[in-house]
Amino acid sequence: MNPYLELLIAFNIVVGAFFIAVGSYGLIKFPDLMSRLHGPSKATTLGVGGCLVASMLHVAALEGRLSIQEPLITFFLFLTAPVTAHFVAKAHLHTQVDPETELPRPPGRYGWSTFESVEDEAESAENQPAKIS
Amino acid sequence: MIDYALIFGFVAISAALMMNLWRLAAGPTVMDRVVAVDTIVVNIIALIILYGIWVQTTLYFESALLLAMFSFISTVACCRFVLRGDVIE
Repeated sequence: MNPYLELLIAFNIVVGAFFIAVGSYGLIKFPDLMSRLHGPSKATTLGVGGCLVASMLHVAALEGRLSIQEPLITFFLFLTAPVTAHFVAKAHLHTQVDPETELPRPPGRYGWSTFESVEDEAESAENQPAKIS
Repeated sequence: MIDYALIFGFVAISAALMMNLWRLAAGPTVMDRVVAVDTIVVNIIALIILYGIWVQTTLYFESALLLAMFSFISTVACCRFVLRGDVIE
């Protein structure tokens, strides 16, 4: 195998494993869940991406073809990590956080969209017409 | 050279898995444990990929892809259950 290619594969493996360890260390180090989400959703995804790039280069050097599985896994992981983090943050907001006291009020007419919707606002306005006039 | 990098990778990812197990055991809320399980599965995917480089085979990529899909679906199902009290409404 080409020594420069071997060096590139080893570099990708080391960087990927380092970022995976850093993300998992952040998971046990940070104080609350909203901070803890940063480690797995960013650093660990980057680490897995590094390992997958190394594996793709290794297969290309070993068999002389481009394999399709590693780009699929990378694409899938990079697509699903933000969705997972968003769902976890939303569940955390609804179970642990009081929106009246712990969250700042957003500017504009409406509050946080995950807690109150425009339809709720319209219904309450219909029920109390004296309040808006 | 790849062998030394792979040994470093195995050690680092195993240490990362131990840290995730700590968070899984000690996490104060349910969502902490969900994040810990999701991170464990991502780390296992990386471990499978590195093992595939180690034994020089492409046999394990499909299992890594399946684990990625199951991780996403189970995490979303847990979050839906915590949010709504039901997975499919």
